[in-house]
Amino acid sequence: MQGPALAIVIVLLVAAAVGVTVLGIWWLPPLASNWGAIDMMLVITLVITGIAFVAVHAVIAYFVVRYRRARAKRAEFIPDNPKLEKLLIGVTALGIVILLAPGLFVYSRFIQPPPDPLVVEVLGQQWAWGYRLPGADGELGRADPELFAQNPFGVDTSDPKAGDDVLVFPGSPLHLPVGRPVLFKIRAKDVLHSVYVREFRVKMDAVPGLLTQVWFVPEKTGTFELLCAELCGIGHFNMKSSIVVESEAEFQDWLRRQTTVSQAFVPAQD
Amino acid sequence: MGGTSAKHAESGLHHAHEPTSFWTKYVFSQDHKVIAIQYTVTALLVGAVGLVFSWLIRLQLGFPGSVSIVQPDSYLQFMTQHGMIMVIYLLTALLLGGFGNYLIPLMIGTRDMAFPFLNMLSYWTYFVSVILLFAAFFVAGGASGAGWTLYPPQSVLEGASPGAGWGVRLLLLSIAVFVASGTMGSLNYITTVLQLRTQGMTLMRLPLSVWGIFVGAVLALLAFPALFVGGVMLLLDSLFGTSFFIPIVNVFGQQLGREGGNPLLFQHLFWYFGHPEVYIVILPAMGLVSDILANHARKPIFGYRAMVWALLAIGGISFVVWAHHMFVSGMNPYFGFWFAAATVVIAIPSAVKTYNWLLTLWRGNLRFPTPMLFAIGFVSTFVAGGLTGLFLGNVIADVPLHDTYFVVGHFHLVMGVSAIFAILAGIYHWFPKAVGRMYNETLGKVHFWVTFVGAYLIFFPMYWMGFMGLPRRYFSFAAVETLPPSVQGLNVLMTVAALAVGAAQLLFVFNMIWSALRGKRAEGNPWGATTLEWQTPTTPPPHGNWGPELPVVHRWAYDYSLPGAPRDFVPQTEPEPQPAAAAKAAKAAKSEPQPEEGSGA
Repeated sequence: MQGPALAIVIVLLVAAAVGVTVLGIWWLPPLASNWGAIDMMLVITLVITGIAFVAVHAVIAYFVVRYRRARAKRAEFIPDNPKLEKLLIGVTALGIVILLAPGLFVYSRFIQPPPDPLVVEVLGQQWAWGYRLPGADGELGRADPELFAQNPFGVDTSDPKAGDDVLVFPGSPLHLPVGRPVLFKIRAKDVLHSVYVREFRVKMDAVPGLLTQVWFVPEKTGTFELLCAELCGIGHFNMKSSIVVESEAEFQDWLRRQTTVSQAFVPAQD
Repeated sequence: MGGTSAKHAESGLHHAHEPTSFWTKYVFSQDHKVIAIQYTVTALLVGAVGLVFSWLIRLQLGFPGSVSIVQPDSYLQFMTQHGMIMVIYLLTALLLGGFGNYLIPLMIGTRDMAFPFLNMLSYWTYFVSVILLFAAFFVAGGASGAGWTLYPPQSVLEGASPGAGWGVRLLLLSIAVFVASGTMGSLNYITTVLQLRTQGMTLMRLPLSVWGIFVGAVLALLAFPALFVGGVMLLLDSLFGTSFFIPIVNVFGQQLGREGGNPLLFQHLFWYFGHPEVYIVILPAMGLVSDILANHARKPIFGYRAMVWALLAIGGISFVVWAHHMFVSGMNPYFGFWFAAATVVIAIPSAVKTYNWLLTLWRGNLRFPTPMLFAIGFVSTFVAGGLTGLFLGNVIADVPLHDTYFVVGHFHLVMGVSAIFAILAGIYHWFPKAVGRMYNETLGKVHFWVTFVGAYLIFFPMYWMGFMGLPRRYFSFAAVETLPPSVQGLNVLMTVAALAVGAAQLLFVFNMIWSALRGKRAEGNPWGATTLEWQTPTTPPPHGNWGPELPVVHRWAYDYSLPGAPRDFVPQTEPEPQPAAAAKAAKAAKSEPQPEEGSGA
């Protein structure tokens, strides 16, 4: 009775797996950025792999019942079937191409930030996130890991572009304007971290000694959580920050009320 | 096959050297079968520790705060050591050291490994690496909690992660020693397969178990050095303040005097090893499963040649895909195109293997003893885990899922659970040969059903959690405000399933011990199998395996249900009949169905 039992259990498991997935009880959090194309890729991949998952298990379930041991019978001696094998390889290769081609196309957009984004520096450290936004000059001043000894953002306070940079200290939320492309320039102070905003579908590691980046367009107003997605020590699970997406006017208003570099740090003595 | 005649001339040599003292027979043994059992038992004991750690992890996630020894720091330590133990000290050691040792000489028809002394040394070196692994638990600060990937800078900067002092140093030493052991073993397995096959055992007549272990050993030989190099450099960064992987950093306001290192360099070295490592584990597992499926389906493995080429293709491609673990690491983003394309291409040979397993069952005469159930379970979980690799390998789909529970579900199903299923299938299948007694079938079946259903309940929900975006390696999700409360319900279900699956392994342990002592005596070939290990003169096979004469091979390993043959299997040692007689026999077979001969459950 092991054959039919196996078939029943497999059918039940697969039905539960597919059923719960399709019902969408546990699914992606609602999209809040421009990366609908990523969701589309996830759905395409889910459909193709889902078909393969169900097909393989349907075949197993059928075979273990249909070909379970019969005393009077022998198995058929079928060592191979090149035609069938080629057909299956062809179908698989086709599935792969259908997944890969649009995937790489979307990826090529993902790694090309649009012109004139709002640049925001994200700084990860154990276990909090800080941010720096350009001031009136629209440019961030120079930063260098050597300078962490002088100020917590490692900003070169003698750089004329740095004085008006807006600082968001760890613990305070970052505000962003809705509908404008944002480019995160990501740094880390101590160990690896990773910037992860689930509703934006973006993730990028923060690596000490490197400047990494990721871009997106916030398309919904509201408050979102920025989580750390790269193990960074004991406080990893608590390393989060809030992102408030609001109208351009509200954003400008917020920006004006933040501390700038020249207010926060005494410029370096030459 | 050079040297065959020489080997025949020296046949019987091993009998002259049969060890007689307790120490040389059971402890410092050079007999591949004893070493195989040493490897297997040691790896399973280490694995039991890893299993207990997984319970502690699951208890914290299902019932937060329920176990007082699980704190934010010790959680990371249990998690790190669980991963390290399972991947390296259990799966790698058991599949290559255990099955490789037991099956290679018996399946290719030789008396022992090419280098028996090196073989003994390999096991005892592994033993030392295990001692070092566990020693790290007892030093100040405890074992490393930096994740099994040991990414710097946090893994080696004191205070940045738990166990960043002697904990991680001993672990790195242990890994270096393990690599030495693995290198000795791999060289031995490769040399043995290439040089010591008996007369008639051409490469294309090797059972797929041997092919899987052979390709796995080649990968191990080429991949482990990258881990060794990365590990030694990391050890220097930790012990002597070098900066191979550490740039200018500021830890808790403290500017450390390091500069010039690059954390990504370690990631490249680690995954240059780490990705082939997955296949070091899974290729031998695929080999074992292929042979077990064919045997219990009483059918030739479907597309033997394609199966061999698929193993080689997977092994080859596995060396050029490593950076798919690093899609959001900050490496040059253009790498993504290559590593995504190469990665999803692996799906093709992997699919070939899956199709051929299914087609092996097609029109078979299936029986379902425990090893067959676990082998089918392997195919199921390999597919359930492998398919989600198409999300993670396709760079853009990886972005939202990277470092979430989706990844945890993926690798556990595809190379954790399925590799364990292959190992369990293998242990049940070859138990009668290795021990000379049958295991208890009822206990085996209960073990299978709980483990199979439980594995799905533990790991499949992780995909949903991954879609929801739950990051992995979180001690608690209390701080994440936007998760539906039902997530906790899932966590409880998974934890209960994990406890049940763990408990079911006790049945397995009991079954093995009890059956080894009290089980029904096994015949020499209880499964009606074709391969050489089932044709030994006594069971368990004697020292030297074959008595005075080595076996001679006349056919491939899969003559199951050959038309015209008197029984539904033809051992590899049986000569091909004369063409005329064969035709006549085939004709007779067509007119009347033959009665069954193969025994078993």
